[in-house]
Amino acid sequence: MSAVTSRRGDIWQRFAVAIPYLWLLVFFLAPFAIILKISVADPVMAQPPFTPAFDDAGGLQISADNYAFLLTDKLYAITYLKSVLMALSATALCLLLGFPIAYGIARAESATRNILLLLIVLPFWISFLLRVYAWMGLLNNYGVINNLLMWLGITEQPIPMMYTDFAIYIGLVYSYLPFMILPLYATLERMNLDLVEAAQDLGATSSRAFWDITWPLARPGVIAGSLLVFIPATGEYVIPYLLGGPESLLIGRVLFDEFFVNRDWPLASAVAIVLVVLVVIPIVLLQRYQAKAAEQTA
Amino acid sequence: MTGKDDDKSFIEVRELSKHFGEFVAVDAVDLRIERGELFSILGGSGCGKTTLLRMLAGFETPTSGRIFLDGVDITDQPPYERPVNMMFQSYAVFPHMTVEQNISYGLQKERVPQNEIASRVGEMLALVKLEDYASRKPDQLSGGQRQRVALARALVKKPKVLLLDEPLAALDRKLREHTQFELMNIQDELGITFVVVTHDQEEAMILSNRIAVMEQGRFEQIGTPKEIYEFPCNRFVADFIGTINTFEGVVQTSGEGTITVASDECGHSLRAYCDTPPRNGSDICLAVRPEKIYISQTEPDNDDDSCLRGVIEDFGYFGNLSLYRIRLQTGKIVQVSAQNRRRSTERFLEWDDQVFISWRPRSAVVLEN
Repeated sequence: MSAVTSRRGDIWQRFAVAIPYLWLLVFFLAPFAIILKISVADPVMAQPPFTPAFDDAGGLQISADNYAFLLTDKLYAITYLKSVLMALSATALCLLLGFPIAYGIARAESATRNILLLLIVLPFWISFLLRVYAWMGLLNNYGVINNLLMWLGITEQPIPMMYTDFAIYIGLVYSYLPFMILPLYATLERMNLDLVEAAQDLGATSSRAFWDITWPLARPGVIAGSLLVFIPATGEYVIPYLLGGPESLLIGRVLFDEFFVNRDWPLASAVAIVLVVLVVIPIVLLQRYQAKAAEQTA
Repeated sequence: MTGKDDDKSFIEVRELSKHFGEFVAVDAVDLRIERGELFSILGGSGCGKTTLLRMLAGFETPTSGRIFLDGVDITDQPPYERPVNMMFQSYAVFPHMTVEQNISYGLQKERVPQNEIASRVGEMLALVKLEDYASRKPDQLSGGQRQRVALARALVKKPKVLLLDEPLAALDRKLREHTQFELMNIQDELGITFVVVTHDQEEAMILSNRIAVMEQGRFEQIGTPKEIYEFPCNRFVADFIGTINTFEGVVQTSGEGTITVASDECGHSLRAYCDTPPRNGSDICLAVRPEKIYISQTEPDNDDDSCLRGVIEDFGYFGNLSLYRIRLQTGKIVQVSAQNRRRSTERFLEWDDQVFISWRPRSAVVLEN
């Protein structure tokens, strides 16, 4: 009897494990393979606008021309670099703002804690696009913020904020802050408060105890939050498009333009593949580092 | 201010209170603990014992009152400046540090020279028998080992006082017994004053030189384990420590130390010895421990003893002793425990057996209402 149930349990267990694999296969790996395939094709004026992988004779026709082009044209390298740097800065800003917020929530009374968490999640009830549009209204030359500053007499002329890198940072930090706060909150909330008191008891001041105990123990949350902000921020399209100026060309915009304006699908695909590689490298390095750390303790 | 007075105790707590809003956790308590004592604060949950300990450690600011340690007022000192260390109930061993790093942490904060740190940490590792585990991380240790890391980490600082919050609560029974004696040995060896907070009376009885029984933010009684057990000063303490039978009654004759008490509850008059006899006619309560009561099938012939008749309602066999619940004719239940001296598979007493229970006048505690 028990053998039967356990075998049945086994099947269900396998099934349950198979679902996420299947999901990743169908919705991640397969599209990735398609994009990879397109990136090594040549653009043609046809439907679809790229050459097939095999020619009529059945020979393989692929080329690395698109990747070579990305390397030769400096514009792409600069754009990638700028996107990564901007995402890194936005991640740092999110961490700087998010850590105290997450810490505050984790240490709040449980009743207030739920309200505070709700406030963090509440903006998701409104469409992301609408929220970015709202920032346009706030940051405009005659928007809410400038009007207020002029009315207060702090400035006579409106301060240009829209269509600058500053506006992009506002947009990125505003949009991705919850993704930093939530994993940080999860790690901080689980932390045993006795640990901090024990450090103080052993002679550490409050700030020393923070750097010796709280910060290293919060590292998993810091890493998770940073990845959740950094990865989408690198390829972000909507925020720089709506809030940024024409000179703030980021890789998401380049990708969009190659795809929809130039209709050069193969080049756009190559741009996307390089972007994925750029984002994956830090994750792989990080995982290696964590595996090593785990090995050392074992 | 004056220096050290001769009549000052090592730890002196004066009129110490802690209020959390409306709630009074600690209510103007006074406490004196001598150097080298192993002192326990015993009480149920919410009695204020942990708050008191946290005030000694510096984690809670008292609402009023002062704390003196070795003649110095430490009330306003932050935890990291007090010559006091604490062993937390959760042990609070730093999970990201090795055993060695955990133990050396406090010395590093004190800026003790490196070579001295190494030798003191080595000594501590030997003391708690963890030399072979120095480079392990806490998640590779058992509960008992973690507890020893927490102990070593606090002791390595050579504190004037070590505070222990429920030191044995997280250990299983066998390990507790072993650890109890280990703690006592270490305390004896180092001569450091220990203040233990516990809800476990057995733990407090075995460990301590003196016990303070705490309830609703106040001390009910402070004394040696023997005093607390044999001479509880009120009904709460009598009831809280161990099991006790109580008989309500009215004093009939009083004099020469021995009093007679008429007790409607057991339908009989009882005798008790008392240094300061209460007045005739006053309502009192006699308390008798189960192990002070004799149980027999024939009527004992000592007139001095209090003797009652009853039937065995229930009994439990514990190996070394048996516990009987005896129903008196009035319906009152009395608990009696007896050593199982004879080795036999046959039962000495059975359900519904008629028995006599008796105790000496000096075995009963007189508690005035």
